[in-house]
Formats: sequence, structure tokens, C-alpha cells
Amino acid sequence: MKRLFVKGNEAVAMGALEAGCRYYFGYPITPQSDIPEYISREMPKLGGTFIQAESEIASINMLLGASACGVRAMTSSSSPGISLKQEGISYMAGSELPGLIVNICRSGPGLGGIDASQADYFQSVKGGGHGGYHIIVLAPHTVQEMYDLTMLAFDLADRYRMPAMLLGDAVVGQIKEALVPHPYQQPSDLPTKEWAVSGKQGRSDQRIVKSLFLGDGELEAHNWRLHAKYKQLQDNEVRCETEHVDDADLVVTAFGSAARIVKTAARMAREEGLKVGVIRPITLFPFPIATYQQAAQTVKKMLCVELNAGQMVEDVRLAVNGKVDVAFYGRPPGAGSLPTPEEILVQIKKHCG
Amino acid sequence: MTTDVFMAGFGGQGILLAGNLLAYAAIEQGLNASFFPAYGVEKRGGAANCTVIVTDGDVGSPVVGNPGQVLLFNQLSLDKFYPRVRKGGLCLINSSLAKIPEGEQRDDIDALLLPATDMAVEAGDARLVNMVMLGAFIARCEVVPMTAVKSALAGVLPERNHRFLPMNYAALDAGAARA
Repeated sequence: MKRLFVKGNEAVAMGALEAGCRYYFGYPITPQSDIPEYISREMPKLGGTFIQAESEIASINMLLGASACGVRAMTSSSSPGISLKQEGISYMAGSELPGLIVNICRSGPGLGGIDASQADYFQSVKGGGHGGYHIIVLAPHTVQEMYDLTMLAFDLADRYRMPAMLLGDAVVGQIKEALVPHPYQQPSDLPTKEWAVSGKQGRSDQRIVKSLFLGDGELEAHNWRLHAKYKQLQDNEVRCETEHVDDADLVVTAFGSAARIVKTAARMAREEGLKVGVIRPITLFPFPIATYQQAAQTVKKMLCVELNAGQMVEDVRLAVNGKVDVAFYGRPPGAGSLPTPEEILVQIKKHCG
Repeated sequence: MTTDVFMAGFGGQGILLAGNLLAYAAIEQGLNASFFPAYGVEKRGGAANCTVIVTDGDVGSPVVGNPGQVLLFNQLSLDKFYPRVRKGGLCLINSSLAKIPEGEQRDDIDALLLPATDMAVEAGDARLVNMVMLGAFIARCEVVPMTAVKSALAGVLPERNHRFLPMNYAALDAGAARA
């Protein structure tokens, strides 16, 4: 297929349409508005439904409703809007509903700014709403991955019957680069949605989608079932990219757009003869614990780089469990605080010494 | 081989269009490229800049601290970014609107002063300044052939603006002739 020159946000929209998503509900916010703009133009041509809802809260609950009916549906927003959606995400998690939530992060807290940020890591991977749940979290770092991981997110959400989040930021959202679109192929073993409330159609069974469980022991059993799925995800769905870890003295780790800056810095360090490797989690939940544990056997030190003041570093430290020292470098996001490869190289040298 | 290009000026000078065009031309040539616009509360007259990476390998970081190729369109961007040009790098300066402050001349870079806004006015419209600068840049640093830039222009401009193609081509050539 021909290579296109596409903006990251548009690649998300293209991937969603290709994956058969025909329902979108959202409310505009920078820096993700290219997603609803593209979908509002293209989805109706495919017979789909685009709704610019009256609020973020309305749109997440429309997503809940559409998913309960068994269709592929999505919403997208940016950090402050995603905070508003947390109640609905918790209800979706509790109701075991699939569905895609795209967060093209901006800086915070509060309205913050519109620059690239990774400060929503905790909110995304630790269950941003109430009740002790998790959702699948994927972190693309190129325009191609914005497209590919959008498709994967729908598949994983359907397979595990839980919400999936695509966690990007203003860099991967606004950057334009080459994209090779490809036809979506649905995995042949995706379960049919026997639980969907799509009308009885002559069936005698009653289907109920709910997150309220009041019977004695009922809710505990429900929660254990959810947690068993998180374990399955950890066993089967971890995705991670590594570069030159085998002979590395120092492993630098980062996700999303920070990983791009880190990769260039690591390449510069290698050119200077420093043995530097890179670990880039693609799934943030499930987190690539085993990859870090394995690297911890051979490397002398790790350095975690994030576009925030230190969040994923906590999960890296838990993964290596004291086996190696894990240093951190990051700056609170905002206008002018995006680090450069040169800046990361200085940090690499500091920790290689 | 990786070429990093940084362009800066004020909103309305066509910085983002020039960067977008360069990256698109590179992709059409079978190279890899990224176009990353400075993303902020930009407006006409405000600061605008972008980074373009062109490579035959993987595009890594879309941002560079000390870029090797720099196009500076006004005084504000010169004051801020001239000192950041990588040692041994190339710096194109729109001398119609910007000049290097007394005593801050660098002899460790290749600087080309070009009255690009005046040349754009001569070519028919001050807004052609981006094409004059890009034309000079392409002539100096053949990251993609001029023919590729010209054919890419038709791809990035909406159909309704294709009547402006000839004057844009002329501005590209005028810039190249002065490089």
C-alpha cells in the first residue's frame, strides 16, 4: 500500500474506522480535536454515527450504552476531559464493557496547558476512577502505531470484555509522518458478544449489563473474576520493544513520545562508545514486568525518562524489586519543557560514569 | 544519514507550510520524515516554529536541541535560535527582517543571509517568503531534489490554491538562485 503523510491524531481516526468502529461520542478539546474532526467527516459516509455530545460525561455514558449493545464504539479526549470521564470508565469496568477511550494528554493539573505530557500515567494504569479496577493501556510512539494500536485496542477490549485506553500526547498526536494503512483483520477467535443487550430476538434468556452486585458474596466473586482477567492480560498480552539490552551497562526506559527522544539519545551514546540499551513498554497495563526483571540480571543501572515528575519509574522499581538502581529524569510538562535528545544524553553520561 | 531542519519565524510567514512540504517531499522520495510543529497558542504574528527530520533510517526524536540546519525568518527567532545552531551547521537568515547583533557573529557555522521578504515582494507577494527561504535551503542542502519539492507542493496545497503554484515555483527558484 502507498505510504501516506498523516498526522498522529488522524491515524487514530483512520485505524478506528478501519477496525469497524461505527459509533463515536466526544466533546472537543486540544490537542486531540483532529480525531473528532476526521471522524465527523468520514464516519457518516460509512453509515456510522458521530455525536458531539453536550459534555465529556455524556459522551462516556453514550459509549457505555453503545458498548452494552455490542457494537464497536469509542470516545476521545485530553486530560481534563478524561478526568471527567472517570466515573463512566469505572462503570464500564464494573459492567465488563469493551470500548476505546483515547487520551491525547495535555499538561496539568487542572486546565494546565496544551503541551505534551505523560502526567496521566498513574490515572491510566492504576484505575482512574473508583473501585479498584484496571483497564488495558496502550502507548503508541509513532503515527504508524497510533493506527495499529487503535485496532489492537478494539480487539483486546472485545477479547477481555473491558475498556481499553490509547494513551498518547500532543507530540504523537500532532506529529506528521509516514503511515502505511493496511486492511483490518479481525482475529478469528474473538468471542461473540453473548452478553450484549441487543433485543431478545426470540431468545428466552434475559441479559443484564450492570455494575451493581448486592447479593451476599456476589461482588467479591465479581471482583475476583475481574482480577483473574488482569492476570491473564499479564500472562498473554504484554508488548514491549527492546534495543541493545543484551550488552548494555545502562538501560534507559521510556514510553510514548519520550521513548523517541530516548532512542535518539541512546543512539548518540552508542556512537560515543557507551553501552546503552532501551526498553520501551508498548502496553502500560499489562506492564512488561518480566522484561525489566530479565534486564536487571545483566545491566548495572536503569534510567527512567518521562514527561512528568516521575510516575512509571515506580512500576519499574517494583518490577526490578531492588535488584538494580533505577534513576529518574523528567520535567513537569508545560510550554518549553519538552526535553531534547542532547539533554537526555547528558543524563545518560551521568549514569554511565 | 539524518538531516534535521528547524524553522522559526512569526505566524503568517508560512513556516508550518514549508516544514510540512519538506517532510512530505521526503516521504514521496521514499525517505522517512517527521514534521513536528511547535504546538502552542499560536496566531498570526505570534511565534511559529517546526522541526523536520529526514532520514533513510528510523526517525527517532522529532525534536532537536541543537539543529544542524536552521531557517530563521525574523529577529525574534534569530535572537533565540541563532546561538543554538549546531557547530558546523547551516543557518539561513531572512536579512530583510533579522540581523545578527553586533559582536555575536559565529564563525563555526555556515550562515547565509538572504533578503527573503524583499525577494518575496519582488516575486509578487510577501507571503512567498517561505518559498524563497526553502528554495535557498534546498539549493544549499540537497536533502531532496527541487523537483520533488515542486511536485509535493501540489500535494500539500488544497486544489483551490493551485492557481498560486506558478508564483510559488518562481519564489523557490529565486531563493535557489541566491544560494
